[in-house]
Amino acid sequence: MSDIIKTDALIVGAGPVGLFAVFELGLLDIKAHVLDILPMAGGQCAELYPEKPIYDIPGFPTITGQGLVDNLMKQIEPFHPTFHFNEMVASVEPIGTPEAPAFRVTTDNEQVFETRVLVIAAGGGSFQPKKPPIAGIDAYEGTSVFYAVRKMENFRGRRVLVVGGGDSALDWALNLQKVAERVTLMHRRDAFRAAPHSVNAMRELVAAKQMDFVLGQVTGLTGEGDHLSGAIVRGEDGMTFDLPCNALLPFFGLTMKLGPIADWGLNLHENLISVDTEKFETNEPGIFAVGDINTYPGKLKLILSGFHEVALAAQRAHRYIYPDKKLLFQYTTSSSSLQKKLGVS
Amino acid sequence: MVQIIFIDSTGQSRSVEGDEGATVMETALKNSVPGIEAECGGACACATCHVYVDESWAARLPEAQPMEEDMLDFAFDVRPTSRLSCQIRVSGAIDGLVVHTPERQG
Ligand SMILES: Cc1cc2nc3c(=O)[nH]c(=O)nc-3n(C[C@H](O)[C@H](O)[C@H](O)COP(=O)(O)OP(=O)(O)OC[C@H]3O[C@@H](n4cnc5c(N)ncnc54)[C@H](O)[C@@H]3O)c2cc1C
Ligand code: FES
Repeated sequence: MSDIIKTDALIVGAGPVGLFAVFELGLLDIKAHVLDILPMAGGQCAELYPEKPIYDIPGFPTITGQGLVDNLMKQIEPFHPTFHFNEMVASVEPIGTPEAPAFRVTTDNEQVFETRVLVIAAGGGSFQPKKPPIAGIDAYEGTSVFYAVRKMENFRGRRVLVVGGGDSALDWALNLQKVAERVTLMHRRDAFRAAPHSVNAMRELVAAKQMDFVLGQVTGLTGEGDHLSGAIVRGEDGMTFDLPCNALLPFFGLTMKLGPIADWGLNLHENLISVDTEKFETNEPGIFAVGDINTYPGKLKLILSGFHEVALAAQRAHRYIYPDKKLLFQYTTSSSSLQKKLGVS
Repeated sequence: MVQIIFIDSTGQSRSVEGDEGATVMETALKNSVPGIEAECGGACACATCHVYVDESWAARLPEAQPMEEDMLDFAFDVRPTSRLSCQIRVSGAIDGLVVHTPERQG
């Protein structure tokens, strides 16, 4: 476990709204750390529709999902946020008082943060791997079925079945081929979305008989307890056969799940966090919820609504962090002190 | 108005009217047809609007674009008749279309 990280604000989620929260907090001298379970910033815009145009960002007649994220990253640069990717916020424990809130936040990597305010910008929830609806798969998870590879060593000497046709499937099939007894890649068709060089590398290994490629889909699993012994596969011709394996890695993309947020003691309404519309604060003073994750009368899940929400939440956060400082309303166009913070004066 | 028939995994059939130009996915949501989630709102980015086109219709729809084929890789129990309903446009040519919704969208 690493040392405790202390910060003014911790932002859960690096989607567009979490990113803009860095900006609004930064203008009020509040430094932020940002956490996301994804390996990069941008939330839904970057993960689900990087190439698609968005038409309702004020001031941008059209901008792609990734374009917006790139611009936001540039816009928040002056505030030097610290990003922690590939990390999920697991638990939140209040350690302050309602007047002077503080929270101890722990991630799934057991990194501990102590923060004055917590800004939950978790969107539709954390992106998590889709689980194939195969009967009994739960029993094998963690011992024989994995949705991500944490340690390659765990696969040494095993018969690994990798299912999928994207970059994750191809990359892991190629990497694990070096340590596993045998790797079989299975996909429903002989066409891949993965990078062409990975596909070529896979085809070469298959031609050299150092890897197997099977056309088909897993329909069932066999094994005892949590030890997998094989997969029941429906082949291209519709016939079913057994494929022996003792490790299965299905890669079917990501879906958004609320995840641990449900256990943080916050008032929820249909899996969304209830907030007021003055400060976008939850029932727990010092915890704000902004963007797609929150709900209030009239809520619209739009990026522009999230931007508005963080501006107001930041005002309240300032009062917790600088209780003795009066907050002056200022424009970035004309305030020399704001411009100094932005590095443009 | 174009008629579209959704049959769920238990065999229950629901016949609804779709507007020309809308998608089959939108028609399902608008009429509260269960079994279609459409997490991404029709951007061909989630594969949770997966349907099986009835055999009688399979050859009568325009073929799936490569983007749809790619996204079908993220659906489960994909069959030759699998389609993403957000990529099928409602038009007079598909009046009476029959699609089956899967047991689970994943
Ligand atoms: C296909 C599509 C098209 C869209 N088009 C538009 C449009 O035209 N205009 C518009 O305004 N909106 C559009 N939207 C909606 C828009 O993308 C969302 O409103 C926006 O992304 C919400 O931003 P957010 O920052 O609140 O959450 P998200 O973008 O969902 O980001 C949340 C982030 O939080 C992370 N996270 C969640 N929980 C945890 C945790 N416990 N620990 C660590 N990280 C966590 C997630 O991994 C995720 O990266 C569209 C959405 C989709 C899917
Ligand atoms: S609604 Fe997401 S792919 Fe069709």
